[in-house]
Amino acid sequence: MSEPVTALMGAEDKVGIATITEGGPLGMITLRGDLSDKALKKAAVAAGGVTMPEQGHCNNEGEKGIAWMSPDELLIMCPYVEVHDRLADLQAKLAKGHALAVNVSDARATFLVTGPRAREVMGKLSPVDLHPDRFQPGMFRRTRLAQIPAAFWMPEEETFQIVCFRSVARYAFDVLKVAAQPGSEVGYFTS
Amino acid sequence: MSTRLATGGRLLKTDKPLSFTFNGKHLRGYEGDTLASALLANDQMLMGRSFKYHRPRSVVASGAEEPNALVNLGSEGRFEPNQRATVTELFEGLEATSQNHWPSLEFDVGAINRHLSRFLPAGFYYKMFMYPRSFWKHIYEPFIRHSAGLGKAPKARDADTYEHFYAFCDVLIVGGGVAGLEAARTAGRSGARVILVEQTEHWGGRAPVDGGSIDGGSVEDHIARTLAELEGMENVTLRLRTMGAGVYDHGYALAYERLTDHQPDAKGPRHRLWRIRAGHIITATGAIERPLSFAGNDIPGVMLASALRDYVVNYGVSIGDRTVVVTNNDNAYLTAITLKKAGLDVPVILDARVLPEDIGLVEQAKALGIRVLMGHGISSVKGGKRVTGVAICAQAGEGAVLEEIACDAVAMSGGWSPVVHLWSHCGGKLRWDTDHGCFSPDLDSPPKGADGMGFVTPAGAASGMFALDDVLHDAHAAADGVVTSLDFKLPRDVEAPKAERREESPMMPVWMMPHGASVKLREKAWLDFQNDVKVSDVRLAAQEGFVSVEHAKRYTTLGMATDQGKLSNINGLATLAGALDADIPAVGTTTFRPPYTPISLASIAGEARAETFQPLRRTPLHDWHEANGAIWEPVGQWRRPYAFKRGLESTHDAVMREVKNVRENLGLLDASTLGKIIVKGPDAGKFLDMMYTNMMSTLKVGKCRYGLMCSENGFLIDDGVVARIDEDTWLCHTTTGGAESIHAHMEEWLQTEWWDWKVYVANVTEQYAQIAVVGPNARTALERLGGMDVSKEALGFMEWADGELGGFKVRIYRISFSGELSYEIAVDASHGAAFWNALLAVGNDLGVMPYGTEALHILRAEKGFIMIGDETDGTVIPQDLGLNWAISKKKDDYLGKRAQERSHMTEPTRWKLVGLETTDGSTLPDGAYAVGEGTNDNGQRNMIGRVTSTYHSPNLDRGIAMGLVLNGPDRMGEVLTFPGTNGKEYTAKIVDPVFYDKEGEKQNV
Amino acid sequence: MLIIHCPNCGVTAEETEFHAHGEAHLKRFGPGSADDEFESYLFMRRNPKGVHFERWRHQYGCGKWFHVARDTVTLEVFGSYSAQTTEPPEEILQAIRDRRPEWELT
Repeated sequence: MSEPVTALMGAEDKVGIATITEGGPLGMITLRGDLSDKALKKAAVAAGGVTMPEQGHCNNEGEKGIAWMSPDELLIMCPYVEVHDRLADLQAKLAKGHALAVNVSDARATFLVTGPRAREVMGKLSPVDLHPDRFQPGMFRRTRLAQIPAAFWMPEEETFQIVCFRSVARYAFDVLKVAAQPGSEVGYFTS
Repeated sequence: MSTRLATGGRLLKTDKPLSFTFNGKHLRGYEGDTLASALLANDQMLMGRSFKYHRPRSVVASGAEEPNALVNLGSEGRFEPNQRATVTELFEGLEATSQNHWPSLEFDVGAINRHLSRFLPAGFYYKMFMYPRSFWKHIYEPFIRHSAGLGKAPKARDADTYEHFYAFCDVLIVGGGVAGLEAARTAGRSGARVILVEQTEHWGGRAPVDGGSIDGGSVEDHIARTLAELEGMENVTLRLRTMGAGVYDHGYALAYERLTDHQPDAKGPRHRLWRIRAGHIITATGAIERPLSFAGNDIPGVMLASALRDYVVNYGVSIGDRTVVVTNNDNAYLTAITLKKAGLDVPVILDARVLPEDIGLVEQAKALGIRVLMGHGISSVKGGKRVTGVAICAQAGEGAVLEEIACDAVAMSGGWSPVVHLWSHCGGKLRWDTDHGCFSPDLDSPPKGADGMGFVTPAGAASGMFALDDVLHDAHAAADGVVTSLDFKLPRDVEAPKAERREESPMMPVWMMPHGASVKLREKAWLDFQNDVKVSDVRLAAQEGFVSVEHAKRYTTLGMATDQGKLSNINGLATLAGALDADIPAVGTTTFRPPYTPISLASIAGEARAETFQPLRRTPLHDWHEANGAIWEPVGQWRRPYAFKRGLESTHDAVMREVKNVRENLGLLDASTLGKIIVKGPDAGKFLDMMYTNMMSTLKVGKCRYGLMCSENGFLIDDGVVARIDEDTWLCHTTTGGAESIHAHMEEWLQTEWWDWKVYVANVTEQYAQIAVVGPNARTALERLGGMDVSKEALGFMEWADGELGGFKVRIYRISFSGELSYEIAVDASHGAAFWNALLAVGNDLGVMPYGTEALHILRAEKGFIMIGDETDGTVIPQDLGLNWAISKKKDDYLGKRAQERSHMTEPTRWKLVGLETTDGSTLPDGAYAVGEGTNDNGQRNMIGRVTSTYHSPNLDRGIAMGLVLNGPDRMGEVLTFPGTNGKEYTAKIVDPVFYDKEGEKQNV
Repeated sequence: MLIIHCPNCGVTAEETEFHAHGEAHLKRFGPGSADDEFESYLFMRRNPKGVHFERWRHQYGCGKWFHVARDTVTLEVFGSYSAQTTEPPEEILQAIRDRRPEWELT
């Protein structure tokens, strides 16, 4: 098998008010099922390597993580090379019940927006209250990024991680770049 | 003449001179100037021409309400017409030109209209351009188009960028005058999140110009103190140059921030549109002074009294040496006093009221030696391009001239109107304030939010408070009430500042000066300066039956100018009310709509321009296509290669080459855009039987089946191959356009109708690069890659298998949309490009060529395969297309089944799919209609069919087509006539739609 | 532009994240139904001036459907509730009656 290639091959923009970086290949599994089911929770935690997140949250440790997508959906994250094994393991554990687990690693692109003005850059594109009192590390939000669906969370203060569809990776990168263009400081969250 | 005073101005930095040009003339101003103040300082009174009569126009106001001083700014990519000089900050190198005149501002041919004004009354255009009807297209319309519009539209691409910003707050305060500042201070101290926006570049509004004292100190000190306190509050955001543009449902507001208009070389976006969601909005938008309606009130040099005062105090600019003040209220006396104190002459104050002269400002003015004439007004203003004097009359009479006084400026004040626009945008109601002769917010009828409660509160002058102490008190109380309703609490010691009270006499509404003005005077009394609407026009409209204010507005164009009636509205309403002998509140007001003042279209677009105008979807192979001659075809938001051009060949030749090569050698198609939806669960089979017209539950694991999807209307909406993955799991292919919509369609039925069915759905479209390997050499190519068995025995037609090919993890579907031996291979998207290259490498000596969507279309048309969107258009059912074989007779139900039983759907006269073969081998025009006997009621030939797909087939070397034809399948061999749009008539024979390899042997090898 | 609350993921957001899908609580009529039943299911829609029950989808968010009760004139929102129901729940009806005492469910 060839080396996996992300949509933009690790594109980066550092000239603006925040740094925009395309993330490397990341393992991602969509899991749909009854999130209150004990067996499912156990299997999900094993696959994601972190504890179950609350509604609207995301638990992450490095490349491992679980995000709450909807009342019957989780996004499980892991190193790209492990995704097939983890998926097979998950599917085996859930074989008896009614659940659906599929690999979506290649269907997505991820971006990091970093810097003291990361909140401002995101606030230009997503209709979400990103005030530090309202949106904090650990929270997970599915919304739109300009004209495309996207999800994001903050692995840490001053960093947003974004997931969107792979086909619109170029658009996502370009709008983030425009939003972070030099001289575009808003001074809303920090003066 | 207008000139700069030696005293300097409050806002002026006289140590920072700037140079700029107006109509190419080099002029000087200072930092702090507006373009208007700088032009006036250079005695450039004439700034433009009016819309209809091309009357000379100068500045009448000093702020956003300015109707006259519209100029073109900038050049090339920064050219912008219709910019108000009064709000344009001066900067080094600013270029401005005047507009709406020819050949020059000073001498304008269009001004002849002025002499024809008797013949250009209200509704002139409506009356004039009616008849004869034939004149419309060639005479009237070109004439109107030529004369319509003020400035010229920019031609160059906009050189700047723009952005949006989503902000959320508890309290948004619009207006940074003393009321807005006080509201912000109060709200800020409660701990609420506050945004305060001010449209100009200064805090404090006009209070510093009007003077007085607050808490024992100057107004300016108070502003500085309040500002310092606000700047120290982390929960308060302050923005200058940011206009509250509109208030919308549920606390939504737009604020328009001008970032680089005053520093065009600065980095960053030019405008930022703040999309604010506020818990509550306080409109501290102040008030606008009204003109008075007297003859000649539009002559350059006649100005709002407050504006005249502003130019002296803020910019050190005097409009003239001798200024006559004419008023119906006390406020204009401030102008007279200010002018006098600046050493300028005020020959007389004409006060329409009759009042005691020993109180308040009247007494002060008199003490300065200014002559005050009570009960008097202006009969007419003398002058052409400039005021030369006024004729004085009694306000009560018909305008008999009592005295003429020479002057070069007139300061007029008809009272003040609260800026109620933002209050009204979302439904706030108004009440008539008899004391002040204006509409004020009716606090009992605010705009209501999601919870049914009012979400806008006016404060200060915007709520009809005009005395400084009232303004401060009102703003404080408004903010207190708002934060309390939002569950915030004010600290105990917070109180409203106290301002010194002036003794004031009441204003007296004056809607016509003099009261009994003759027709001759009314014809020269302007209401709308920009659109040339006069008192006589509004009265004519009333006479002609336009009694509704909205009708009168459109008939006369009153208030339809770029200032949207900021100055003319109330005077116009009052004139209409007078003509109708009705009360002003009974006549009502026109609707206030956002934006408050014009905002740039580009700011509305925000980041959505150029490269980021809309999302383009790219497959994992996009870069390869781009580097290898792809001609792009937009398919929804996707870009798919239409064909791959080689060297100098034409696109048509490329398509022909690709089609032949697939039939003869080996073609590769990027099919990644096709939708792929996983459907899994114990009830998945049952569910798919409802989704598709045919039976999917009986499909065997490892097999594929072509399926049709209909809407509940019975119409065909999508098609594609379904593969059964395991006992519980199916993979459904959709059309390129259908991936998202069919996924949503499935979820909709599962969530809203059959929520107890155990089915999960996932859209995995973008997980895979899917490549169709097609042609006689397809198997050889795959065998060369090595890996899984792709023989006919191991992987038969309409089967699928997982495995490895050339080291790639793949899933292969043996399905064919071309009639050739074909494998559609899905590989994880991150390996797609590598896999594509591997296929090209092994296919090198097998004649491998990529092919595009046009070749795909021709290949499928040769085989008579339908295409969603070509053979279907939202009114076609599968039965129309001869697809009855794909409709299960065994199923009790599927989406669309009941609809397909409706009488119209079972009509034998529905047009049905057939093949069409031109008699001379030419290609039928796309969408052409077949004509039959006779004509319809409109005298058009009756239509009996239409072309749905048509191509030149290189394999058959002739035109082939499909079409829907009346009784088509029963008319095989008949020749139909298709008139083209080029005058040519085409004839085509009805044939079977399968043109190539009718037995389907090639795909089955 | 409205603010809508999604009862599925708990997010309250502006309308651009959502998509409205018309009248709620339609009863499906399939094969075997009479022409007028099918006609009313397929084509006939209420268009009330006032209280209305609608289907919405959190298009850019969790992707789930839900119902919203709101006033089509004042744009007042009475509440959001599950899509997995054939009629408005009692607490929604109560919320409407609290603010529209004269209103009756038809």
